[in-house]
Amino acid sequence: MKLFFFHLMPYADLDLSYADKHETAWVTLPNSYFDPAKGKALYDRYIGELELADQLGFDGICVNEHHQTAYGLMPAPNLIAAALTRTTKNAKIAILGRALPLVNNPVNIAEEFAMLDQMSGGRIIAGFVRGIGSEYYAAGVNPTLSHERYYEAHDLILQAWTREGPFKFHGRHYNFDYVNLWPRPVQQPHPPVWVPSQGSSETIEWCAARERKYTYLQTFSPLHLAQKNFDAYREVARREGYEAQPDQLGWAVPTYVAETDEIARAELKPHIETFFNRFLRLPVEMRMPPGYSSVASAKYLIETKFALRSTDQTIDKLIEMGMVICGSARTVRDAFLHHQKNMGFGNLIAMMQVATQPAWQTEKSLRLFASEVAPHLRGIAEKTTMEAAQ
Amino acid sequence: MAEQVREEFVEIAGARVSVMRAGRGAPLLFLHGAGGRSWTPLHDRLAERFDVMAPEHPGFGRSALPEWMLSIADLALFYLDFMEALDLRDVHLAGHSLGGWLAGEIAIRNTSRLASVSLLAPAGIAAPEEPFGDIFLWSREQGARAQFFDQTLAEKRLAAPADLDLVLQNKTATARLAWSPRLCNPQLHYWLHRIDKPTLLLWGRQDRVIPYACEPYWKKGLAASVSRVIEECGHGLHNEKPDAASQHMIAFIEGSKE
Repeated sequence: MKLFFFHLMPYADLDLSYADKHETAWVTLPNSYFDPAKGKALYDRYIGELELADQLGFDGICVNEHHQTAYGLMPAPNLIAAALTRTTKNAKIAILGRALPLVNNPVNIAEEFAMLDQMSGGRIIAGFVRGIGSEYYAAGVNPTLSHERYYEAHDLILQAWTREGPFKFHGRHYNFDYVNLWPRPVQQPHPPVWVPSQGSSETIEWCAARERKYTYLQTFSPLHLAQKNFDAYREVARREGYEAQPDQLGWAVPTYVAETDEIARAELKPHIETFFNRFLRLPVEMRMPPGYSSVASAKYLIETKFALRSTDQTIDKLIEMGMVICGSARTVRDAFLHHQKNMGFGNLIAMMQVATQPAWQTEKSLRLFASEVAPHLRGIAEKTTMEAAQ
Repeated sequence: MAEQVREEFVEIAGARVSVMRAGRGAPLLFLHGAGGRSWTPLHDRLAERFDVMAPEHPGFGRSALPEWMLSIADLALFYLDFMEALDLRDVHLAGHSLGGWLAGEIAIRNTSRLASVSLLAPAGIAAPEEPFGDIFLWSREQGARAQFFDQTLAEKRLAAPADLDLVLQNKTATARLAWSPRLCNPQLHYWLHRIDKPTLLLWGRQDRVIPYACEPYWKKGLAASVSRVIEECGHGLHNEKPDAASQHMIAFIEGSKE
């Protein structure tokens, strides 16, 4: 199993009483809540935490893109990735991901990833996402065209990476008479593509298709849903005439390791509850702009998942649903071994800093994970792969 | 007494369109707003004088978004086809909100089949000093409250169950046409002079969706317009003040014949 550390880079100094006056930490929360004097220290700290994970032997470090929110301070994740190419040595750098439909020139994304791939010596993992619903309010891009633009931008980027230029690209949304990428990526034919998703069946079908075999990454979901989506992926693969390998599946989950279960739970509790109840607080209209999903899936989400208020999560409920892994090194190790066996993923993406969580907790958790959890997880998924192949 | 309303279907540009129709007289084509097509008390009043047709725009209601429909301009051309296919002449074109904007987009392109244009709280042209409400971000309650000056009417609407499939499809179709720029076309005002038929601008004074502050921006560009405002009335003037709205429309249409 490959082990990744995923940083969301939240505005940890957020005044949580914002919730008395504002409905959400996204898009409409006034940016007067951001103190210009505090950004530098946060970026230094967060980049340092990613660098530490590289030094501790994590297989990869991950950043992502969100706009106009206290939830994450990486509207341009490739800037962070660029800094990391200079200060990390071995870890893959996964950008999870760039939101393709939000841009008017996807060739820029192909160019930036190619630059990063060169600068890092071929350590880039290219994540492609649609961006969550709120991004469509922030970017002004029509959510009813989100799927179309995603697929078309994807095709353009893949062609830019793999075709000899110059060539013409004429689509419904993107039109270029000259596509001719300088530089080209180090990794040939192109950097690995990962697709983080909450798990629409359409996305799973698309990732698992024989001509793509993209790594599908399940984010922020109850265990049973992740299980269901991984099964669906393997099912599509079988229909496509091949056996999905563990490295085609990734599970992203907030993780915290401390000395004992009790200490871990007590230390994580305020931060993980703040994370779900304050940082991930957005009204359904913002999560689901019209046309972002089909009417049928929007209706399903509104009547099920979003019907639960997103502001009353407790750590006990989250652990019970498998949305957070938290405890002593032994507990965390056993949980991942158990879930890996059931779910068959080959990439574990641990989110080890959330919301207001202080630096000392993240550092402690990273070190304990690296020394007491990671050694037991290495080689696991590979063995499963070999067994599956026999 | 209310006329019998019948439903007819017309096929144009690969889209099968439902048309609710009632009344006799000169044709009056009524284009609905973002909330979707319904036969309102205003339609009833107008059907006492006109042959009122209320089509459901492609992509709204139970239909799927047509591939060709990327913007309001596509829908304007669709309705020019619609009038041609039905060979409608001397049409009194009317539209509310998104439908008002659409009526304006149709009329700047071609008025040869039109006798008059009635724009009811039209979207399409924004007043920089008083922005539109964000109908996409509003909750159901916020949206309903903004429709009415009289909040008891909003509460009555909220008490009725919503058909979620219909609501989501109508929002999707509206977003396709009006997400960005939000509910307007910054180019529209340059071409308003092309509307060479009498035009009515009708607003509820307390409109919180498309504020009355937009009215002068329309008036400035229109060659011949009459402007009326209804007091103690929100955005949904066809529901909240159907009597006043129909009186203004009928007086305008009758007056415009001279």
